[in-house]
Amino acid sequence: MTVTVLLFASYAEALGASSLAVEVAGDATVADVIAHVRTYPGADRLPTLPLVAVNEQYADAHAVVREGDEVALIPPVAGG
Amino acid sequence: MTPLATLVRTPIDPIALVRAVSSPGNGAVILFLGAVRQVNDGRDVTGIDYAAYEGMARRELQAIVDEGAARFGTGDVVVEHRLGELQVEDISVGIAVGHPHRDTAYAISRWVIEELKRRVPIWKREHYTDGTREWVDPTGHTSAVSPR
Repeated sequence: MTVTVLLFASYAEALGASSLAVEVAGDATVADVIAHVRTYPGADRLPTLPLVAVNEQYADAHAVVREGDEVALIPPVAGG
Repeated sequence: MTPLATLVRTPIDPIALVRAVSSPGNGAVILFLGAVRQVNDGRDVTGIDYAAYEGMARRELQAIVDEGAARFGTGDVVVEHRLGELQVEDISVGIAVGHPHRDTAYAISRWVIEELKRRVPIWKREHYTDGTREWVDPTGHTSAVSPR
């Protein structure tokens, strides 16, 4: 199945893209998606455990993803 | 009123925020403004651009004002965060709170800005006088994304 990975700020700069279409197995978790993203050039600049949101809600590494989900890697936030 | 959170790309109007939370019962109105600072960590800043995961940022900001209103027992809370390119002294965030008493009004205002800084997916890239630009990492773990 395919999930959309969104990248922002320093992470988008590291990978040279703001979104990726990632193919993962049907029972994949957030951790599996991150492992796949790590195969992209520039991904060595991501932290080991980036903060993640699935469909605009913070999620942990064990959360299961579904076809079409939006998985966002969230750099350290700096609002205000 | 219903607690209100918005992301804007135009200048924040502080008086409009104050008006939104003023009422005959509110003896205290607190306005907090965050502005672009000229010097950060010893480096001269000429401006900042703010970026966001907009859908989620809007949702988290709204959740914060809703939670704040429930926790402190007032609905008179508004927050506006600006995105895009800002200059030094421009207002990046405005929070207005109205409450019958000042202690609670101060507490809500403080709580909202701290929650915003903790969990709303907004990022800022500082522009320095030497022409370089860098994304700010408030955790200080700049090695997380190191320059090439």
